[in-house]
Amino acid sequence: MLLEISHPLELFKLTAWLDSMLRSLMPDWGALLIEFVLIGLVLLLAYAVIALALIYIERKITAFFQCRLGPNRVGKYGIIQSVADMVKILLKEIIPIDHVDKILFYLAPFFVIVSSMLTFGALPFGNGLHVVDFNIGLFYLIAVSSLSIIGVLLAGWSSNNKYSMIGAMRSGAQFISYELSAGLSLMTIAVLSGSLQLSTIVESQTYVYHWNLFRGHIPALIAFVIYLIAGHAETNRGPFDLPEAESELTAGYHTEYSGLQFGFFYLAEYLNMFIIAGIATTVFLGGWNPVQIEGWNGFNEVMNWIPSYVWFFAKTGVLIFLSLWVRWTFPRLRIDQLLNLEWKYLLPINLVNLVVMAVLVVFGLYIK
Amino acid sequence: MSSVGKYFTGIFKGIGSLLLGMSVTLKELFTKKVTQQYPENRATLVISDRFRGELVMPHDENNEHACTACGICEMNCPNGTITVKSKMIETPEGKRKKVLDEYFYDLGQCTFCNLCVISCPSHAILFSNHFENAVFTRSKLLERLNHEGSKLREKAPVKKPAPAVVPSDGGEKVKTEGEAKPQPKAEVNVPVKENKEEKEEKEQ
Repeated sequence: MLLEISHPLELFKLTAWLDSMLRSLMPDWGALLIEFVLIGLVLLLAYAVIALALIYIERKITAFFQCRLGPNRVGKYGIIQSVADMVKILLKEIIPIDHVDKILFYLAPFFVIVSSMLTFGALPFGNGLHVVDFNIGLFYLIAVSSLSIIGVLLAGWSSNNKYSMIGAMRSGAQFISYELSAGLSLMTIAVLSGSLQLSTIVESQTYVYHWNLFRGHIPALIAFVIYLIAGHAETNRGPFDLPEAESELTAGYHTEYSGLQFGFFYLAEYLNMFIIAGIATTVFLGGWNPVQIEGWNGFNEVMNWIPSYVWFFAKTGVLIFLSLWVRWTFPRLRIDQLLNLEWKYLLPINLVNLVVMAVLVVFGLYIK
Repeated sequence: MSSVGKYFTGIFKGIGSLLLGMSVTLKELFTKKVTQQYPENRATLVISDRFRGELVMPHDENNEHACTACGICEMNCPNGTITVKSKMIETPEGKRKKVLDEYFYDLGQCTFCNLCVISCPSHAILFSNHFENAVFTRSKLLERLNHEGSKLREKAPVKKPAPAVVPSDGGEKVKTEGEAKPQPKAEVNVPVKENKEEKEEKEQ
């Protein structure tokens, strides 16, 4: 394939070289151990850095949507504002709350952050930058990202606060409802690509018209939109932010949390936004594949010079921008409207869509 | 329309209105930002002339103001922000006259209600739009508005003060003044003198 010609900035040569060097120096288990630790460190670092970048970007874009300038005092254009915020939140006191269920209260943030970390780790960030490539990758992503709702429910339950409780219950209802839609729309694409393995899904989307969004045309487009809506709702943001509706519930399930524990919830919220966009990129928009158009060899060559992880982050960034755009456009839904949208609209449409996609695949009506 | 039809038209209408909303916010994204970056834009900052920043007493190039020390502003001030101190002087003509000695304004107490400016018969005070009034001690908020060595402008203000407004405080002193020497004053300060005469007539 023409992809082999030029990949000057890709990292897979570096990782392969590191692997062979470690294996030549020590037994296999030692090399693996060091690699595991390195990967863990890199992922944790990336997690924190992406969250900080997202917080800054979100604040800036939010400000632009509201005709403001946003943070612009800490560093040039306020670029290290979120670093300053992080330092502040690390230094803050964790306030002990009376009559909380101590174990659950302190455990809850970890459920949230571990679940989002597990999902984050399984994303294919680029060519050769995929930590674990399960043959049930898509299923794994859905399953693990659902765990975070346990943390939210525990946080609400253990906080000894009615607002936390109501917020957590709303969040539970919302998350479990929209998980269905998100799962079904991803399943639609699994039907199309015939695999749950993320690497297979990505590699099958070489040229632009092979991207699942275009290959499956109408049903894929519907699935894409539904996935974005459902994913947006799962992250408790935008018009679906009623678990933490400030005017009604102060801060919802994390009302009683302070300092680093609050930071965990905050971090997980932003990373969940990234993860949803990342999954959508991987599944619908060709993942880390550069924009390739069949026949345009010169163009493809140029696009190949841009490394795959840049493509992944660019596509994810577009989807994150879409999510922010939606967030700052629509008013918050009421709980009954929220559940109506899911159970009366998204879910039936999604089920029909799944059947349509199956028919399409059986009769080979997708773009080959 | 059947309920099924309603369901589907509802979906498409909903999508249409959502897209409309998103187009509005997208336009908003590229509009000019309205944030004033205050300390940096002091040179270009525009503050409305009607903004009441602090009370000032305008002085002209001869270091003359229009305050006759009548004290109406002091009496109208709801919370004692203004203190007018007057003194009696002997004019070259040998006439005793009440003039402004010191005009104290306590910015820390002022509620910027504008009653003093409205009630001033000779337009001697007004609110400027200068708003950077922060100081480190409260004593610095106590300002003296009349400049050192300033005196009353001899020419009367353009607007002829209404007779109803003038009789207020220090009336007796003015009256005695007027009674003593009406003639020399008439040349320089005609409208005021006329007022005084009217007043005298009324009171008589």
